[in-house]
Amino acid sequence: MSAPVLPDLSGHFGQFGGRFVPEALVGALDELEAAYRSAKNDPVFQERFTGLLRDYAGTPSLLYRAERLSDAIGAEVFLKREDLNHTGAHKVRNVLGQALLAKRMGKPRVIAETGAGQHGVASATAAALLDLECVVYMGETDTERQALNVARMRMLGATVVPVTNGSRTLKDALNEALRDWVSSVDTTHYLLGTAAGPHPFPEIVRDFVGGIGIEAREQILDRIGKLPDAVVACVGGGSNAIGIFHAFVPDEGVRLYGFEAGGDGIETGRHAASITGGSVGVLHGNRTYLLQDEDGQTKESHSISAGLDYPGVGPEHAWLHDTGRASYEPVTDAEAMSAFQLLCRTEGIIPAIESAHALAGAAKIAPRLAAELGRPATMIINLSGRGDKDVHTAGAYFGILDENEVIVPGEVT
Amino acid sequence: MSIAATFGKAKAEGRSVLVGCMPAGFPTVDDSITSMVAMAEAGCDVIEVELPYSDPVMDGPVIQKASDIALAAGVRTRDTLKIIEAVSATGATVVLMTYWNPIEKYGVDAFARDLASAGATGMITPDLIPDEAGEWIAAADKYAIDKTFLVSPSSTDERLAMTVANCRGFVYATALMGVTGARTSVSSQAPELVARIRAADPDLPVGVGLGVGTGAQAAEVAAFADGVIVGSALIRCVLEAPDLATGHQRLRALSAELAEGVRAGKPA
Repeated sequence: MSAPVLPDLSGHFGQFGGRFVPEALVGALDELEAAYRSAKNDPVFQERFTGLLRDYAGTPSLLYRAERLSDAIGAEVFLKREDLNHTGAHKVRNVLGQALLAKRMGKPRVIAETGAGQHGVASATAAALLDLECVVYMGETDTERQALNVARMRMLGATVVPVTNGSRTLKDALNEALRDWVSSVDTTHYLLGTAAGPHPFPEIVRDFVGGIGIEAREQILDRIGKLPDAVVACVGGGSNAIGIFHAFVPDEGVRLYGFEAGGDGIETGRHAASITGGSVGVLHGNRTYLLQDEDGQTKESHSISAGLDYPGVGPEHAWLHDTGRASYEPVTDAEAMSAFQLLCRTEGIIPAIESAHALAGAAKIAPRLAAELGRPATMIINLSGRGDKDVHTAGAYFGILDENEVIVPGEVT
Repeated sequence: MSIAATFGKAKAEGRSVLVGCMPAGFPTVDDSITSMVAMAEAGCDVIEVELPYSDPVMDGPVIQKASDIALAAGVRTRDTLKIIEAVSATGATVVLMTYWNPIEKYGVDAFARDLASAGATGMITPDLIPDEAGEWIAAADKYAIDKTFLVSPSSTDERLAMTVANCRGFVYATALMGVTGARTSVSSQAPELVARIRAADPDLPVGVGLGVGTGAQAAEVAAFADGVIVGSALIRCVLEAPDLATGHQRLRALSAELAEGVRAGKPA
């Protein structure tokens, strides 16, 4: 039985996805879809995209066998080193693809939303490289929390607009970007940062980041001659996860695990776990799982990781969850930070706090899988980003920012 | 009065319909009822009740702020239905404007039933296009609620015809590419859009919204449209007033000015 090609022609993954947008945006979405279809079949576009990924972004990213981490969690772990990409995360793949599409559509201006600032920095980078005007919407709360990334975007020539509406975080930045786009579609491409939003964004973003999984699949076959038992990623909007999952979806023996931000714990209500702690609804142009109250008002999400701090999730993950092809579980802030420290100390790699959720999840499932398989499981963990941006947050969390007091809680010195 | 009758009556009087928008529960449930009744008494033919929503992507800063105030005060979907019931009971023609998720959460069929029994005659859906509206269309037809979808200057002829064919009552023409909010001048794109809609369906009334805030602008739009939709300018009367009594005075004054505008607009 062959799997259905998704999304379908109207942009749906089963009941999920679609287009819940003002009519004013439909023309731009149709234009984007047409441009993407023609670019997909245009060898010149594809060569330009893969050329930039290779020569500028530094892909294929390495697949690294992490021996000390493997020993620590009881699995054979390979890390997909997206943290080594230019700008420090998988996001560069998506922004390069979309910025090239903007050029192809003759649009001189791109807008983007950003939470922690990583997608904003990546967008500003691609805009600088391809000579596009760039405006980034960022919740005022986040501009304060992530002042360094605001400075980075400005250095790269972007205009950063602090958003003062609503909760002043990522979802409000996304609202404001949509409002800008409604007013500027003729000249502007909305460079959406994750595999969510109205059709065709979930598909386009998935395809642009899909190289992660294609590379990882080839690399693991080359390395050990077989597919892994599991592929593991963190899930906020879900672009890094869909990027590594997609190539493995047809491989039925490969288990797919997505770890959502459990914040203080699902039971506290303070989390960002849309699939495991939310319900089906419509937000930001697509039907998916989201955090909402009993009237369908969006609830605020909570996570130590700004990049996962979003009350929705991409529609393809909602579909993979409902069909049972992928499993989604929450990881709390505390579990993520413990895994963050583990990777620092075992491998000399400081991960993004987002990626630390994947590491923590891997540590959780390792004993389960080992029991099931009767041997340590082989797994690929998507190390989606590096932790430079999180040094302040992690430093404060571990209480190591004061130079006179270099003591990590719980550590015996 | 039904939407069709409201537009028919205005047409017979040689004028356009004035649609005035106010978020439910802003700043409180009771005060929003007072505002809406005042608007109706002062000349708004149709009261467009907006259901406050956490993520109103089609709305500019004024409606966002008013919605935030209503939500912070704890307004619920069932309060919006109560408000509609109270305003309809005074004889006003009421339509609801709502983003889609609160309706889906309530249950589409149940909402259509309760909306109809509260007395609303129609519903405007700014982020629901007919392509995704199968469930809504079925429920609206079942309970005889008029369906207003939006068309935009960027709509292709094909989409415009499809959207108009799915409307009942009136179609909402967004005058410009943008979000709600008063502008200093009326969009030059609006007359052309209205002409394209009439070419697709000469009988469906066309309401024009986005950017209208004064009597003179209302007159300008009334010259080519069947309905003039005003939101932010009216809401600002309450939002920016030092107290509610003053706000309601300003609301009556602006409603009366706009009502005069929609009567001055048609060439004799």
